[in-house]
Amino acid sequence: MTRAVLQALAAHWRRNPLQFFTFLAGLALATALWSGVQAINAEARASYDAAAATLGEGRFDQLVPRAGDSLPQETYVALRRAGWQVSPVVEGVLRTDAGRVRIVGLDPLTTPGALSPVGGARDIDLNSFLTVGVLFADAATAGRLADLPQEVVTDTSVAPDTALTDVGVAQRLLDRPERLSRLILAPEQPMGLPPLEQVAPGLTRVAAQSGSDVGQLTGSFHLNLTAFGLLSFAVGIFIVHGTIGLVFEQRRGMVRTLRTLGVPLRRLILLMAVELLVLSLLAGGIGVVLGYVIAALLLPDVAATLEGLYGAQVSGGLQLRPVWWLSGLAIAVLGAGLAGAGALWRIARMPILASARPRAWAMAAGRGRWLQGAAAVLLLAVAAGIALADAGLIAAFALLGCLLIGAALALPLILGAVLALGQSRAKGVIGGWFWADTRQQLPGLSLALMALLLAMAANVGVSTMVSSFRLTFIDFLDQRLFADAYIRGVDRDRMPGIEAFLQDRGATVLPLLRVDSRLAGVPAELMGARVGPAYETNWTFVAARPEAWTQVAAGDAVIVNEQLARRAGLWLDDMLDLGGGLRLPLAGVYGDYGNPVGQAVIAEARFGVVFPDETPRQFGVLGLDPEELRSALGERFGLPPSSVVDQSSVKAFSLGVFERTFTVTAALNVLTLAVAGFAILMSLLTLSAIRLPQLAPVWAMGLTRGALARVELIRALVLAALTALLALPLGLALAWVLLAMVNVQAFGWRLPMYLFPLDYARLGLLTLLAAALAALWPALRMARTPVSQLLRVFANER
Amino acid sequence: MNARLIVFLLFWPVAALGQGFAGLGTDATGFAVPAPDPVFDFPADHGPHPDYRIEWWYVTANLTGPDGTDYGVQWTLFRSALAPGEGAGWTSPQVWFAHAAVTMPRAHHVAERFARGGIGQAGVTAQPFEAWIDDWQMAGETLDKVTLTASGPEFRYDLRLEAQGPLVFHGDRGFSVKSAEGQASYYYSQPFYRVEGTLELPDGPVAVSGEAWLDREYSSQPLSSTQSGWDWFSLSFDAGDKLMGFRLRQTDGSAYTSATWIGADGRTQSYGNGALTAEPLQGAEVAGREVPVVWRVTLPERDIDVTVEAVNPGAWMAVSIPYWEGPVRVSGSHAGRGYLEMTGYE
Repeated sequence: MTRAVLQALAAHWRRNPLQFFTFLAGLALATALWSGVQAINAEARASYDAAAATLGEGRFDQLVPRAGDSLPQETYVALRRAGWQVSPVVEGVLRTDAGRVRIVGLDPLTTPGALSPVGGARDIDLNSFLTVGVLFADAATAGRLADLPQEVVTDTSVAPDTALTDVGVAQRLLDRPERLSRLILAPEQPMGLPPLEQVAPGLTRVAAQSGSDVGQLTGSFHLNLTAFGLLSFAVGIFIVHGTIGLVFEQRRGMVRTLRTLGVPLRRLILLMAVELLVLSLLAGGIGVVLGYVIAALLLPDVAATLEGLYGAQVSGGLQLRPVWWLSGLAIAVLGAGLAGAGALWRIARMPILASARPRAWAMAAGRGRWLQGAAAVLLLAVAAGIALADAGLIAAFALLGCLLIGAALALPLILGAVLALGQSRAKGVIGGWFWADTRQQLPGLSLALMALLLAMAANVGVSTMVSSFRLTFIDFLDQRLFADAYIRGVDRDRMPGIEAFLQDRGATVLPLLRVDSRLAGVPAELMGARVGPAYETNWTFVAARPEAWTQVAAGDAVIVNEQLARRAGLWLDDMLDLGGGLRLPLAGVYGDYGNPVGQAVIAEARFGVVFPDETPRQFGVLGLDPEELRSALGERFGLPPSSVVDQSSVKAFSLGVFERTFTVTAALNVLTLAVAGFAILMSLLTLSAIRLPQLAPVWAMGLTRGALARVELIRALVLAALTALLALPLGLALAWVLLAMVNVQAFGWRLPMYLFPLDYARLGLLTLLAAALAALWPALRMARTPVSQLLRVFANER
Repeated sequence: MNARLIVFLLFWPVAALGQGFAGLGTDATGFAVPAPDPVFDFPADHGPHPDYRIEWWYVTANLTGPDGTDYGVQWTLFRSALAPGEGAGWTSPQVWFAHAAVTMPRAHHVAERFARGGIGQAGVTAQPFEAWIDDWQMAGETLDKVTLTASGPEFRYDLRLEAQGPLVFHGDRGFSVKSAEGQASYYYSQPFYRVEGTLELPDGPVAVSGEAWLDREYSSQPLSSTQSGWDWFSLSFDAGDKLMGFRLRQTDGSAYTSATWIGADGRTQSYGNGALTAEPLQGAEVAGREVPVVWRVTLPERDIDVTVEAVNPGAWMAVSIPYWEGPVRVSGSHAGRGYLEMTGYE
């Protein structure tokens, strides 16, 4: 019996291959977008973990040279012999024929615990590692090191583009005998240590950032990606829900027949559930493969984005991690189950001899419509409530969810009202029929239209955010990079001479002092600046007291970036503890877009009192041509050309980073829209098959097949246009939430919102085009429906 | 994985030899092997022997504070060679590590150090004598008069050691056999140090005085693969004579013992397997395992029958290869104090 039932179930798919395809494709696409995004996130997280494990950066305090990029090995030995528990690190770039590899050398005996992945390879003995030389690298990097005489061991836990080896081997490879790059300080130090300045005056201590800082910084980026993945999945689930509803509706007759033949209801339901499970696993499998492809295509951009934004290294290669392919399969099954549960429940409740007439499946929505309306109102109310409460990143995303789902649920009701209005204003019989028939079809199309609404709103919202950000950012770069050129990487002894030399030539020199610190409990950099007219004319504030610059120049106040102010909950006139016993009131808050950490600026003189040993790491120079400056400094002081950076190239680089940041967003936008277009296509195709009985009488009354096809096309366009019109305000609301809430929570800055009507118009046209393309095939099929088929409707009228 | 752990997975067979427990099957390929009838050359032999796999400078001290409190101090520098011989800079195959501890009846502070040979972070010179790793050092014009320092997160000590007697040689004139199969090491001691100095503890400095015992031992394969751990005693009796004894536990439950009786004037008498007995009387739960902390030790040929009791049963050395080491009180036929080391208690 089971076999017979299965055959009957399979026969349905055989007779309706299109439904089969829609079901599989919808679920597979949804899973693909979801699992693709998950794959990217999993890969990035694994890379951070590897970087943290490889370098211990952030987790431990470090000692770095005050000037130059290396320290003598004797300093390390002197520190150890004074009792300081430090561990040496030498790092540098090795240029091989196959590309550049960052070599990190460390001493496995003194690294402060859990640092090195050397343990992965048990068969490497310590003697080989210490004296002969063994390098650990991921597979891609290992390939580039094949020509080295040292053994290269592939280890996936090593950060990308990095090879890990013993400190002595690294010194040899990088040709830096007896030199080290920095020292890692063990967290636990013995009693009675002599002061650091006494043993190693040339070193400065850099405080640890907590290990998860990179994770925290990039967390918001990944949350964005996850939100996109979820959105795409929601769109896909709409498709699947539609298909499953249709399939079960059409099977009512079959179910009745099977049950009257004696198949127990329970077994029937069970078999249908098993069928659903098998199909969703199949679709999920296809989706995971597709997701892998999407992830592989997008990952290089994501890696570039993360590196540009946060300096976080992410491997460009993708690995099959069980976490994401399992979650992909799980969500496919879950989604199909969600969509199918209702349908199965209805079948379970169906009286055995109930009419098997397939109603247009979603027409049953009569009572459901009020429920739907109530849910929409409730969700939108919750969204408004969250917006007013303004709490946290998760809340902001919850707001986005409520807003989008609420609007999607409201869509059919609003469209229904508009169509009713159209019907009441219609002139002529055909016009009246058009509106009425469109209303009649609305329930069947509403899920696809909801998908379109969400896709277009997401597009409007995200592109508004990105473009607003872009305008603000360019403006900010112009303000911030006002010097003609910047000098950096000059050691402290030569700097006074260079400064005097430049001032003699009439240039304005603006030294910038900087220490890494924690201010108000968050990682931050404290800067000392020579405040003068250049700052006053160029820097603008998000909020400031009237005489902000004068007070800063006098050493009586501090200004901070927006990130620090918001994270620490400080605003104008609040006192900020700057360390070294210095507490100053906040005179201004400035925008500092793209900077992950907090920042505070005080006057140069004040800075010198608190940190007498710090010397400027960077100088802004006004009034000299960068080229001229470069050659003059090269001739006179022997500075390498790379130590002079001109303003225009800094700007170009920053913009480049910015553009790359949002490549992924743009790609995901396009994908979402494509999925929505697919949803419309599939809805129309499935509807066209069951609508034949409705169209046949109209045709019989004299409307030609071509005219019917045109009506179908116009109907799709009208519905798409209405949806697009509704998507615009929704998208703008989305943009506002992103700019004013998500950005503040995730990045620490609030951006002004700009509007881009031309972009919206273009997007509207694109949406119409997608709808038209989707409706074209069903319309063509309509136009080519054999007359005999239309006639048959009357012959076997049910 | 933890880098330390790796180091010790790799080190295990080597470092474990020094402690005499776990994975002991390494042969001595390429390394020099101790031979009978050694001829020592001092002071050169106080320095390192890089052709031997493992070597240590091992000081234990029984000290007393102004209020009569017993204090134990340990200072141990190990040299472990990954390959025989010396190399320049980071390529040196010599690896150094060290343990230091201060033990009181109710507290026990431990610290550990690691260093690579060849770069100056650790090493030993014989003349003038200096053994050092990081800021820990044992140094003086000669081995007879040295200062001893070490520090950890919770302690620091500065001690002055002055020898009151001659070096003594264990086994056959310094050739100490460790198993029936003939594994052996070179082993001599300076058990006659007088000690004065200061301990810096979390509660403040304490002036201490007492006596210390230096063990020097080097070998390439001191233990047999069938031996699972050892119990080692260095006892100083109130009458001025001393006893060094060890019991190497075989995996089959039997034991191999050896002892050296040291007269107050420095004359020695060595006893081979079976002369010394050591029997656990009472255990204590330490670091999640049962460790014997009260022993009956006998050497019938010298009419020695004593009870050895740990000053602090919790003197667990929680270092990369953990073991028990701490001061003991001696009662019975002879009264006195000393040190006990126990390894291989899993």
